[in-house]
Amino acid sequence: MAERGRGFPVLVSGWLERHAQTFVASLGRLARAPFGSALTLGVIGIALALPASLQLVVQNARIASGGWQSALDLSVYLQPRLSEQDSAQLAERISARGDVVSARFISAAEGLAEFRRWSGLGPALDALQDNPLPGMIVVRPRVAEGAGEVASVEPLAQSLRQLAGVDQVQLDTDWVRRFAAILDALHHAATLFAGLLGLAVLMIVGNTVRLDIDARRSEIEVVKLVGGSDGFVRRPFLYGGLWYGLGGALVGWLLVEALALSLAGPVARIASAYGSAFALHGLGLRSSLTLLASGAGLGWLGAFVAATRHLRVIEPGHEG
Amino acid sequence: MIRFEQVTKRYASGREALADLSFEVARGEMVFLTGHSGAGKSTVLKLLALIERPTRGQILVDGRQTGSIARSAVPAYRRGLGMVFQDHKLLHDRPVWDNVALPLVIAGVPRREIDKRVRAALDQVGLLGRERGFPVELSTGEQQRVGIARAVVSKPPLLIADEPTGNLDPELALEVMRLFRAFNEVGVTVVIASHDLHLIEQFGARRIALTGGRIAGESHG
Repeated sequence: MAERGRGFPVLVSGWLERHAQTFVASLGRLARAPFGSALTLGVIGIALALPASLQLVVQNARIASGGWQSALDLSVYLQPRLSEQDSAQLAERISARGDVVSARFISAAEGLAEFRRWSGLGPALDALQDNPLPGMIVVRPRVAEGAGEVASVEPLAQSLRQLAGVDQVQLDTDWVRRFAAILDALHHAATLFAGLLGLAVLMIVGNTVRLDIDARRSEIEVVKLVGGSDGFVRRPFLYGGLWYGLGGALVGWLLVEALALSLAGPVARIASAYGSAFALHGLGLRSSLTLLASGAGLGWLGAFVAATRHLRVIEPGHEG
Repeated sequence: MIRFEQVTKRYASGREALADLSFEVARGEMVFLTGHSGAGKSTVLKLLALIERPTRGQILVDGRQTGSIARSAVPAYRRGLGMVFQDHKLLHDRPVWDNVALPLVIAGVPRREIDKRVRAALDQVGLLGRERGFPVELSTGEQQRVGIARAVVSKPPLLIADEPTGNLDPELALEVMRLFRAFNEVGVTVVIASHDLHLIEQFGARRIALTGGRIAGESHG
């Protein structure tokens, strides 16, 4: 009877109006119990901050290690008696190869100067009569996209070893492999933690919503008595869960950013000690949005599961 | 409007609240269910509201088999029914307006329409102007009238009340009963459970007396 004479747009605007109202009302409900809400948001925030900060570490380690290209550079050490002119010509010949992007000659003197700069062993080096370093050529191989990187460089290293004047060719594949494996393991751990702690968030929100429902039991009974459906009764709790999740994610985001900010100084000092301009990166827009969206989604889902299970049981009236 | 056909209700505790009960209420009729507490009055109303289901027998409301109404369809069924309770069952943390508007909000009626109808319902029970007040600020009689306004705000064809005057002094009780009479006079079918025989006698309505879940007697006016 109430439905008669109402067009589609009116129905939709009514629906929107009711949702908007519940949306705001459920936020107000959280605000009216600030202590309890703050506890819940804090716990969710910490649960989300743990995997997010681990992810932050992995992201930064990837940036700091400079990606794969430079890690795959070959160090070609030249025989000490090779003249600088011959060495430079050799570098040119190498850089002309099809499987090489660039080849840069570093003379023994340049090598020593560079070593002096970042090793901090200036006075000790002055004590040496001769320059102990050989001249070298840094070769950046052309790596086919998607090829098994390390393996594809091995034939080039072999053929460089055959060249006259070359003493040794070094490919730091072990170091590269180990570091990549560590990063992969950390990334994997971050994903696992994210899954585990996401489950924790589901349970936290679920339990909080269950307590909310218990606290409003009589109200729910009344609403069901006058014809409120399970969906109608559930709606404010779903929005409540959404707010818990979103608020918790915001707390988590603040924690991670605070962590990054407080670590930026020490990390910059380490980087400068190694002669690097690396600076610690925050979560960035994409990861931040992912964090907030996951929080909101987990909150909604936790509330949905708890409310759907719990509200069915609350029915008005018993024996009397 | 209502037909009970050999309805038996046995609770989980084993107590038999209704035994083979049959009666009919015509459309537009006003009926009192009387009897001592435990006679089965409340159970009849709970069965009508689908708060309980019968153990045996059939109940038809407005020509519809209530037994075939699925759980998911119960809310929609209840929206076609006005219910008044002895303890009012109001939301105490919401103002009067919200309480009366609740059935319309649930039904998804547009806000402007709700406002109009809430004011009309409050006017009918003599509480216009008290929309912003909270239930605790009202007397028991006024709280009961808010409950009645909520029951009639969506203009249901059937109104059921469980001891609506149970907590009221005789004067207020009479006033509340007159309200029900007024709704009945505009065509609403009204079923009231009450043990207050003295009060009921002042109304020339049909009475069904229950004892031990069976009909003990019937009288008209």
